[in-house]
Amino acid sequence: MSAPSSTRSSVPRGPIVNSLTSGQLPRFIELYSAIGAFLVSAGILALIGRLNVVGELVVTAVVYLIGIGVMSTLVENRRKATDRVIRGLVTVAFLLAMTPLISTLATVIIRGIGQINWAFISTTTAHVFDPKTLVVSSHTGALQSIVGTLIITGIAALISIPIGILTAIYLVEYARGGTWLSRTVTLLVDVMTGIPSIVAGLFAFSLFTLLFGPKAFSGFSAAVALSVLMIPIVVRSSEEMLKLVSLELREASYALGVSKFSTITKIVLPTAIAGLVTGVMLAIARVIGETAPIFVTASFTDNFNSNAFAGPMNTLAVQAYAAYKFPGTDIQASIDSAWGAALLLIIIVVILNLIARIVARVFAPKGLR
Amino acid sequence: MSETPAAPSKSHDNDSNGQTSKFSTNANRPGAPLGGSARSVRAKSRPADRVFLGLSTGAAASIMVILAGVAIFLIVQAAPAIAANWATNPDLNTGATAHHNTFWGYVAPLIWGTVFVSAIALIIGAPVAIGIALFISHYAPRRLAGVLGYLVDLLAAVPSVVFGLWGIYIIRPFLLPGTNWLNHHLGWIPFFSGTASATGSTVLAGGIVLAVMILPIITSISREIFLQTPRLNEEAAIAMGATKWEMVRLAVFPYARSGVVSATLLGLGRALGETMAFALIVSPSLIFSLKILTDGENSQTVAANIATSFPEGTPLQRQALIGTGLMLFVISIAVNLIARIIVTRTGPDAKTRKAKKRIEQLPPSDPTSVLALDDVLSAAHHRQTDGTARA
Repeated sequence: MSAPSSTRSSVPRGPIVNSLTSGQLPRFIELYSAIGAFLVSAGILALIGRLNVVGELVVTAVVYLIGIGVMSTLVENRRKATDRVIRGLVTVAFLLAMTPLISTLATVIIRGIGQINWAFISTTTAHVFDPKTLVVSSHTGALQSIVGTLIITGIAALISIPIGILTAIYLVEYARGGTWLSRTVTLLVDVMTGIPSIVAGLFAFSLFTLLFGPKAFSGFSAAVALSVLMIPIVVRSSEEMLKLVSLELREASYALGVSKFSTITKIVLPTAIAGLVTGVMLAIARVIGETAPIFVTASFTDNFNSNAFAGPMNTLAVQAYAAYKFPGTDIQASIDSAWGAALLLIIIVVILNLIARIVARVFAPKGLR
Repeated sequence: MSETPAAPSKSHDNDSNGQTSKFSTNANRPGAPLGGSARSVRAKSRPADRVFLGLSTGAAASIMVILAGVAIFLIVQAAPAIAANWATNPDLNTGATAHHNTFWGYVAPLIWGTVFVSAIALIIGAPVAIGIALFISHYAPRRLAGVLGYLVDLLAAVPSVVFGLWGIYIIRPFLLPGTNWLNHHLGWIPFFSGTASATGSTVLAGGIVLAVMILPIITSISREIFLQTPRLNEEAAIAMGATKWEMVRLAVFPYARSGVVSATLLGLGRALGETMAFALIVSPSLIFSLKILTDGENSQTVAANIATSFPEGTPLQRQALIGTGLMLFVISIAVNLIARIIVTRTGPDAKTRKAKKRIEQLPPSDPTSVLALDDVLSAAHHRQTDGTARA
């Protein structure tokens, strides 16, 4: 670059005195504008008498985007204005996504918290006939669903974890060069993550109908359906975790003459164990909330059933669905129990997520890439 | 590594540090003869080795068996209903499957409904999801980005039935004023025509809840791909005086386009199969309908139809439902395959063969794996506290 051209490009447009500070909005203008927009929109809404939280947030976002765009166009230039508006837009997009998360959790907690007590957890839904008053009182409980959830998810985990982790070991440890089997399996695992959950349910239903006749509802068939959904998740997350183990560790082991089997079980798996457990926990948390496949394979019931191989079974997710869609005689009680089941389910999912985080923290792997 | 395009480095590490793979290629590089003999010098295989190899290969093969099994059992069960004469069959001309002459007449409006509703979810959800991904990867403060990404991934952890209940009690009443306004003022547009719903059980409500449910999958993949943009391209744009948005438009989007398209398609795949939210919120009919603000003229999706008709179905009706499920299976597999083909065929630098393997595989398309990776990497990062584990 020659000197003249560089001078030319640094000359600001228009009659500007201080080229360092002019043509720029002040430093925290975006924060100030946001606060300003908030106050202005509160004023507007109060004026037309429609002050509410949602309206306030929406109007604030609109006022802010217009305001910052106009200000920046006037003081700075169009390019910077576009930049600031886009920055505002992506921030709004993020906040927009947080609303359903917060709203959902708040709704479930508010509506479900009144339901959860020892009686709800420790009894099943039943109708009680009182011979003295001749009144049939219905009582909602979730014991049958809690037991069903644990049994079905437990069996699904027992099926999926070994298959999933062994497949991941094959993909990462044995097929590093990329055999046709590993390429096919990788593709199929990816495709399997896209199987609609209800199709997994229909598959298990078809399988057990062919084997045991048309009324073969059982917890085990639900577990098979969940396994179809869970295996690809376990494979994928375990694969990622095994890939994190540094090659140097393996090579050091092989250099000492250690066999492949011992290297995997003594070096690779212990290094990756925190990640594997984390992945498995999250996979369980993912399938424990499935409704459609269980509904199709295990149907739903209010009766206590701890035999996974015979008879319908309930889970918390199915209870949340069925109690709303097919309520009992006391409709309000049914709907309340749906919220109670939903809250219990959320609590379990949160606990599983927390365990996953804690495992990752406490057994934080060393020797990762 | 980059200077040896011929090296058979199928190494699957996507990130650019390439430290470990450099090591392995170095080990393989010294000439063919040595590399060839390395094979024969391999340690003798012990019984435990062979058993373990067999076990893990068997597990991998079982994936193929399972997927084939899904297809086969669905076909076997669905075949009688697909082949049956629907007009005369006493099982099929009553109840939920009545008034259809063939299986195809029954499944066509369902497929239409599924595609239509998913498209609505995608139109609402995809721009927001891509915006979020951009926010997390390029706009949010570095320190916060991890936590914010985690929060979005948490959306994937909420069970669908909970979203369904939430949609009934929060979204339906929330949308009512807006739907009435749209219907009143913009009723001449086919989508908004018809009698406005009084309850709010509309396709629009279902579509919005679906949009929320597909956010995390699109966001997590797009985010990872945005983060993979070559740093030098970004820095070059900034150095040329581009604003942040111009940098994103000039450097990030061209690189990430195919990946984002794939992410959107995977989101579509997710929306196609989503059952509970739609089954709970919308009151549907088996018709071809464009209307999204009505009660009685809503389209129905395959998955929701299965969920609602399955309990009271006769065995043959259930087989018909399994047939519709088979169609859904085929469609979602096709969408998933297309998504993956797009990323490998038109991936970044597809023209320069050397770098073709850059994104040979999408980042884990499943938010669960992303969540797990984030957990572990942030913990590892926490422990090391020196380098940037991810960035």
